[in-house]
Amino acid sequence: MSVRATKGIAMSEQSGKPKKKPKIPRQKMAEQAPAERVKNFQEVPFGFTLEQAMLEASRCLQCKNPKCVNGCPVNIDIPGFIKLIEQGKIIEAAWKIKEQNSLPAICGRVCPQETQCEQLCVLSKREKPVSIGYLERFVADYEREKGELKIPERRPATGKKIAVVGSGPAGLTAAGELAKLGHEVVIFEALHEPGGVLVYGIPEFRLPKSIVRAEVEYLKALGVKIQTDVVVGKTISIDELLREYQAIFIGAGAGLPQFMNIPGESLIGVYSANEFLTRNNLMRAYQFPQYDTPLLRGKRVATVGGGNVAMDSARTALRLGAEKSFIVYRRSRVEMPARIDEIEHAEQEGIELHLLTLPLRILGDENDHVRGMVCQKMELGEPDESGRRRPVPIKGSEFEMPVDVVVIAIGNRPNPLIPKSTPGLAVQKWGGVIADEKTGKTSREHIYAGGDIVTGAATVILAMGAGQNAAYAIHQELTGEDLAPKKPEPAAGEDEEE
Amino acid sequence: MGSKIVKKELIAPSVYRIEVLAPQVAKKHQAGQFVILRLNEHGERIPLTVLDKDPQAGVITIVFQVVGKTTMMLEDLKVGDEILDLVGPLGNPTEIKNFGNAVCIAGGVGCACVYPIAKALKQAGNHLTVILGGRTSQHLILEKELAEISDRLEICTDDGSKGTHGFVSQVFKQMLDQNQRIDYVLAVGPVLMMKAICDLTRPKKLHTVVSLNAIMVDGTGMCGSCRVQVGGQVKFACVDGPEFDGADVDFNNLSARLRAYKEMEDLARELYQEQRQAK
Repeated sequence: MSVRATKGIAMSEQSGKPKKKPKIPRQKMAEQAPAERVKNFQEVPFGFTLEQAMLEASRCLQCKNPKCVNGCPVNIDIPGFIKLIEQGKIIEAAWKIKEQNSLPAICGRVCPQETQCEQLCVLSKREKPVSIGYLERFVADYEREKGELKIPERRPATGKKIAVVGSGPAGLTAAGELAKLGHEVVIFEALHEPGGVLVYGIPEFRLPKSIVRAEVEYLKALGVKIQTDVVVGKTISIDELLREYQAIFIGAGAGLPQFMNIPGESLIGVYSANEFLTRNNLMRAYQFPQYDTPLLRGKRVATVGGGNVAMDSARTALRLGAEKSFIVYRRSRVEMPARIDEIEHAEQEGIELHLLTLPLRILGDENDHVRGMVCQKMELGEPDESGRRRPVPIKGSEFEMPVDVVVIAIGNRPNPLIPKSTPGLAVQKWGGVIADEKTGKTSREHIYAGGDIVTGAATVILAMGAGQNAAYAIHQELTGEDLAPKKPEPAAGEDEEE
Repeated sequence: MGSKIVKKELIAPSVYRIEVLAPQVAKKHQAGQFVILRLNEHGERIPLTVLDKDPQAGVITIVFQVVGKTTMMLEDLKVGDEILDLVGPLGNPTEIKNFGNAVCIAGGVGCACVYPIAKALKQAGNHLTVILGGRTSQHLILEKELAEISDRLEICTDDGSKGTHGFVSQVFKQMLDQNQRIDYVLAVGPVLMMKAICDLTRPKKLHTVVSLNAIMVDGTGMCGSCRVQVGGQVKFACVDGPEFDGADVDFNNLSARLRAYKEMEDLARELYQEQRQAK
């Protein structure tokens, strides 16, 4: 291939060094037009073409001390896989990623690269960083579509059995790593389908379920067994599992939705984002009556919250036929925790942001159906403990929003089922399981935990990182071998540009 | 995988008792807990009452009334067929101890929920009174089983075809009026019935347990579909319940929330009815 071109950096006129070819701009993925995509649940971006991917890969400077890797919770050899793409060795690039990350097609779609690897990319100082996320997605899709899934060689069986609780990002990652190391791994999943938040929470248009299924199949090919319909803490307890398994990893997620505790929250048409998304994604309510699970389709839907889950809910409401879909958020735009990509996608689709707006109560009609929401305008005051400026109510600014569905997306707490049924498992005041940051070790011997059940609601990739770290720690406990990567501290002030 | 149906019988009009192979659930189930099932890939998840269990045989007994599409499909399954997904036991077990004089009030299919609890209460040493009600004598379920375990069994029917002519709440009110000593009340049945009972016991500060049949999806506390207002607070029937102190429950809200999807449920039922007829 002839794409091998320049290193992307145009030398300054004054430098005196030979001029390089004109710099290649960061490549963009083609995507469904907003007017079209709000009518369907298909994925929004189409992904890179091979040419685009190789062109984008050629922008990478191949730093000797790559900072991007320091931003990756699972330590992917980023320059390594990008180099392979540049050389047209796409399948090899996928394998390179899979040395460190069993779920690249998922990470390439839902990781917040802009605050991780791409933020640290040295190119971002002068221009846009390399599209590491899009490239990861491209190679994973390419490998899957070519049907050339390679199952890495497993180490010889150790005879050790490990139970993994929950099949979300943390559990899947821990299971994959442990299986590769030769351990026998069984995942216990409460729902009828594996994937956790990847199947019940993240909508089809952002993460197609066929991709999650493919990644789960890959884990099964690695030898991981999955038992669905098992609620650990009810069907079987952690202590019962310990009789059969030498170690346990708990990655049960933050599955306890928070409500605002304002009047009207029990009216018909008020949903937690978890319920709204679960009915739609896991249970496929958008295909009712072909699928049996119902969901109220609002004409005017207000989603309360400013995170990715709020964006997912508001965009889902549009696809379910809402004429208006609003985001109601009590702080301002800069404080929104959602990924920039997601906010932009939402706005392109016509979602209206009501910023600095706080819901006070939800109004019902004579049949207890939602008919409106009373809100109050806010202004930004002094910074609070989170460092963000605290929203302060503006007196006399109350107003009524006519809406017929309200989705509450203000966060989740760790589900208490497991802590409550596991004596001696120490938890934080707010319910999170206490676990060592590097190893996932809990207060109980042989029990490890990671992901949202430890941190509270966070990102897919942080959960995966925790799953990976715990897998190494479990492996060390069971075999004595230390595999944890020694991350070099980023060298200060050192520029890797040529 | 699936859970195989090993026995099925019609015990009242539109009410079935089925035995299902579910060894893990059978091993763990305690009175008051329930299961959630999904019949096929397109199905919804619904909670159902577990009447009994046989841990040795790995079998649980489920009682259901045919009301919507999912229970119609369940009605159409035969012995030997499999239920695709069955998960449990869910919810908290009933608090069982010797309260003294216990009165268990069961309306309609609520009997299925009451029976294992009443049995456990009897075993714990309570003097057990059961009030069993149904629309007609045909709709009385588990009469024989309840008669076996109770010290006193009161029967009533809406049409007077058996026992007292009237509602369970009327029979219960007579008991209260006669100043019989009552230490514990359990009421399970239609929302209106539970509300009527609690309206009677609230002024007397008589501890009354109700089991709430809210609409659920996951049954693990993850979605909040089953939230109920109890004492002004939001509670999840699946993980905080299904039993609550009846004096504090907002039954009107529960009743409204149970009707949330009525139109869609009607449509699903009609479409399934057409499918049935086409066969």
